[in-house]
Amino acid sequence: MSAPVMLGIPEIPPPSPRGVGNLRGEEKFPSAARRALADTQLRRNLGKATTTIRTKRAQVVAELPDWEELREAGRQLKVHTMAHLPDYLEQIESAVAARGGVVHWARDANEANAIVIELVRARGVDEVVKVKSMATQEIGLNEALEAVGVAALETDLAELIVQLGHDKPSHILVPAIHRNRAEIREIFLREMADADPALSDEPAALAGAARQHLRRKFLSAKVAISGANFGIAETGTLGVVESEGNGRMCLTLPETLITVMGIEKLVPRWQDLEVFLQLLPRSSTGERMNPYTSMWTGVTPGDGPQEFHLILLDNGRTAVLADSDGRDALNCIRCSACLNVCPVYERTGGHAYGSVYPGPIGAILSPQLTGIEDNASLPYASSLCGACYDVCPVKINIPEILVHLRAKHTETYAAEHRVPSAEASAMRAAAWVMSNPKRWTLALRSGRLGRALGRKRDVIGDVPMPLAKQWTDARDFARPPQQTFRDWWAAEHGGQR
Amino acid sequence: MNAREEVLARIAAAHRAAPPPDLPYERISREYRTTSDSSAEALTELLIDRLVDYRALVRQCSADDLAETIADALADRGAHTVVVPSGLDSSWTSGMSGSILTDGLLAHHRRTVSELDGVDGVITGCAVAIAATGTLILDGSPGQGRRVLTLIPDYHLCVVFPDQIVADVPQALARLEPTQPLTMISGPSATSDIELNRVEGVHGPRTLEVIIVGEE
Repeated sequence: MSAPVMLGIPEIPPPSPRGVGNLRGEEKFPSAARRALADTQLRRNLGKATTTIRTKRAQVVAELPDWEELREAGRQLKVHTMAHLPDYLEQIESAVAARGGVVHWARDANEANAIVIELVRARGVDEVVKVKSMATQEIGLNEALEAVGVAALETDLAELIVQLGHDKPSHILVPAIHRNRAEIREIFLREMADADPALSDEPAALAGAARQHLRRKFLSAKVAISGANFGIAETGTLGVVESEGNGRMCLTLPETLITVMGIEKLVPRWQDLEVFLQLLPRSSTGERMNPYTSMWTGVTPGDGPQEFHLILLDNGRTAVLADSDGRDALNCIRCSACLNVCPVYERTGGHAYGSVYPGPIGAILSPQLTGIEDNASLPYASSLCGACYDVCPVKINIPEILVHLRAKHTETYAAEHRVPSAEASAMRAAAWVMSNPKRWTLALRSGRLGRALGRKRDVIGDVPMPLAKQWTDARDFARPPQQTFRDWWAAEHGGQR
Repeated sequence: MNAREEVLARIAAAHRAAPPPDLPYERISREYRTTSDSSAEALTELLIDRLVDYRALVRQCSADDLAETIADALADRGAHTVVVPSGLDSSWTSGMSGSILTDGLLAHHRRTVSELDGVDGVITGCAVAIAATGTLILDGSPGQGRRVLTLIPDYHLCVVFPDQIVADVPQALARLEPTQPLTMISGPSATSDIELNRVEGVHGPRTLEVIIVGEE
């Protein structure tokens, strides 16, 4: 990139690079979803977990008479922050530095991983402890560390289940939501050398096994890596919201702490946390407050890590910011309420989305971070029912952005291919028919031919024809009536309009 | 161009391509509640309700009975060796019979991790308590100690005074200095990672006991 300001031509920032990280799946959503739907155990696990959390969330949200006012404040705070991002980034940078921290900037996943690797190598360790973090999942940090011989130990219970099960996370908050207690017990017995063979599948016993397994690691760890839920520009304060205490262990015990934070996680001032600390716990775990929240500013002599590094990560976020109809996806505070209410997520689970960001928010965030064509099927992974918008604590209009991204995909596809897509051709033909009353009346009458198809059940199921097959694969179609509305109107009203 | 310059240039380019709405900080809507007209008694009652709901143990006592109440709590727990942060009012522990380790910020006062792992519990005060959420906030001041102190021992006994109890999150944050290391604690360590059911007891203290000092 040369001369970014001089020409005045708004060049569009690049998406996250290919070949690194976990934003792109190996297959399209429909085929991945079909496989997930066939897994009855998975569907039972997901159905149970999402039902539990939906009820809990609804109860604690109902306790607050000013929930809607908090949502609106949260939304406006985010909109304001995104509009003043350079100022706030420079503010947090100098505030952290003033308190003894070191700030690094990373254009993308490769650069962020390289910075972490260099820092870890300089400490001469071959093992680091990690606090659950979406940003480090997104950039594939564990894989990058492994490639240079450093073991990254996940310490969040669900992340540990995923890591020990050689599995992938399927939920933002509870990455092992697709596993039930019996499966978790089996993984622990198989993978934890120190697990008691008599371990029961009671959640309390499983949590106890994780405590025992990680305790020695925590007490001897030299380097920890975390993400951040919030970074306060005014003070340089970072916050991590958690439940188990593994976060506190990582943020307090090691000598060195490295925090990777997306540039969109900024909050202007300390006071603003009063909004997000009410919105986030109630939306995510359905608790009035999560058990532990840690906040630290740079280095505190005698208390906690004496060396602190903050890595500010772009990795496609500025590309999202450049789309006025899609940029609100950056306002997400990663609560995962939209996953838990989504009828599509509830049935397919998170793996079908291919990205570390699944569910409705993933369907609008992942394609924007990677460029739409690398995740083109995700904006269609929705029935547009709007439940996600209703629960979003910062009021991201997810259905609207989904529709916008569908249009963007259609346009990008058309621009890149000389032959239009089947859908685009059908739409063009429909436009030709519908723009003329005579053609339209004839077309409607021809619909009666469809009656031949649905004689048995009075609905039309699979139609084994190109295009029609794609539609009817997943949907029944109403059998057309004997008479069109227009013909009925003409008969009843004698041609009067 | 280095990474810093490039990220800032990309943001500038994004803002040129899609000019953001003009919403000054002062105009951000803040219609939510930031005050409460609940009485001190009502707030104490709410705090107790919320603490108990998240499986913390709660005792109430008068200021005169504090030492005795702490001794009772430790005896019931079977805690013989406890660690306390420097600056903790020594009268609080005057009734207990076991041994007390004191931990301070200065290097030669700091207890090692294995020492902390060997004690039966920790006693601290707090900076603020939030009634609506059942949250205790420690800010590292004298009597609250380093963060590690309330993390390694399996039992945390925290003393709360009535003037430390506020209604909700906004009132609590207004009382805190953000650059101090802060820990917000709402119940004992827990997880919702197995089938999204809350289970107490993972890496932090598995038992949290709160003594609320009242006027009675």
